[in-house]
Amino acid sequence: MAAKSSQQVPEKRMKTVLPARIKSVAVAVVAIGLLGGCATSGNPKDPIEGFNRAMFAFNEGLDSAIIRPVAAGYEAVLPSPVRTGVTNFFGNIEDLFIGVNNLLQGKVPEAFSDLGRVAINTTVGLLGVIDFATDAGLEKHNEDFGQTFGRWGVGNGAYVVIPLFGPRTARDTVGLVLDVSTDPVAKHNPTGTRDAALVLRLVSDRADLLAADKVVDEAALDKYSYMRDAYLQRRRNLIYDGDPPRELDASVEQDDGPAIAEAGALEPRAEAPPMPSVLAARAEPAEGK
Amino acid sequence: MKSLFACFIGLLIATTALAQEVAPDVLVKTVTNEVLDIVRHDKDIQSGNTQKAVDLVETKLLGHFNFTRMTQLAVARDWRKASAAQQKILTDEFHVLLVRTYSKALTEYKNQTVDFKPFSLKAGETDVRVRTEIRQSGAGKNIELDYYLEKSGAAWKVYDIEVGGISLVTNYRDSFGAEIRNNGIDGLIKSLQAKNKSGEATSVKK
Repeated sequence: MAAKSSQQVPEKRMKTVLPARIKSVAVAVVAIGLLGGCATSGNPKDPIEGFNRAMFAFNEGLDSAIIRPVAAGYEAVLPSPVRTGVTNFFGNIEDLFIGVNNLLQGKVPEAFSDLGRVAINTTVGLLGVIDFATDAGLEKHNEDFGQTFGRWGVGNGAYVVIPLFGPRTARDTVGLVLDVSTDPVAKHNPTGTRDAALVLRLVSDRADLLAADKVVDEAALDKYSYMRDAYLQRRRNLIYDGDPPRELDASVEQDDGPAIAEAGALEPRAEAPPMPSVLAARAEPAEGK
Repeated sequence: MKSLFACFIGLLIATTALAQEVAPDVLVKTVTNEVLDIVRHDKDIQSGNTQKAVDLVETKLLGHFNFTRMTQLAVARDWRKASAAQQKILTDEFHVLLVRTYSKALTEYKNQTVDFKPFSLKAGETDVRVRTEIRQSGAGKNIELDYYLEKSGAAWKVYDIEVGGISLVTNYRDSFGAEIRNNGIDGLIKSLQAKNKSGEATSVKK
């Protein structure tokens, strides 16, 4: 990270060093938190919950103070086609790395589809602003380095909330570092355009999530644990590309056999079905759960 | 009096007989299309009128959900420790929470369309997963929306929903579990009630 910054133009050092700084701050904060061994909860999925809640509070503060209002303004001011164009533009750049990750996961047809998307959208789609590829039948995939590692069998590791970037797992944090260091937008020169592009992408992504955010606020008893559980489930779903083995809590099904009948809803279920799925889940690439 | 009653019973039997068993995927498709159709034509809901959305959810959707089962799955092991009265309150409060959450989601509707994935019902199956996908006209990211239904008598009822792989029941299970560990079942009931009350307050402000 330090090597990268020393190559930049001196007077722009602060600005150009920013992404590198954020990375190193994030890593340092995480390391301190882990070493500090903050208060652990009883939750095996979240061994550093005290630290995470603090980071979550920080992120929520930053979001409500700066990011969300800017995103809301962005949404209010720019017409929908323009915002779609922005999302598509950055999505197109992303598609290249989605293709790389698909290739790394051995999913060759998907990788070719991703590269096809980039080819079509960059040319006919005017540098990615118009997404013709989806209409042509080339669906957008969702892959990143964290998912690739998961696919290779690396378990989740602890749940971590990183300042600014938000929820990750230990494995996905490593993936994030790779995602950030290979990000062509972050490497772009001149730096003025680059910073504008980084901010635009952040705001655009945040604006895309405004509706979902309102629903989460409505739905969640405790936003922190809701986000954590949603994030962990979502990652599992993404790693298995939408088809994860159904994770039934076997003990719930078996213990509550009589209770189900009492609830009057259904006939008592046979106890056999849950076990095979639990065994199947164990046979799948380890997830560290 | 008696003849009126008989008439009523007759009508009831007739409608029940007519109500043939609807396959789960057909059920999901019909109800989804019905609700979306209403939302598409209702500017009030689209501009944030939560009360109208709540009414829509109550009348069109809720008959197809098995709330007792959902609450029981979300509360998990502690369900048996709850008294019948507590179970009833929990179910009711969870019901309100879910209605409010759904209604909120409906007010955010912006011309999305729904793709119904191919589905085949195997003979004798009583627990199915019906897959749909929400296509957003602009932002491009599709959202998977899966329904888990169980056969209850002749009808299929929803007991879990997965949005983008995130199971509603599983998500609440951890929150509820944490709340019960800290404050007991009554504590969970109190939080749910407080949450629902504050939700009412914010929707009234609109």
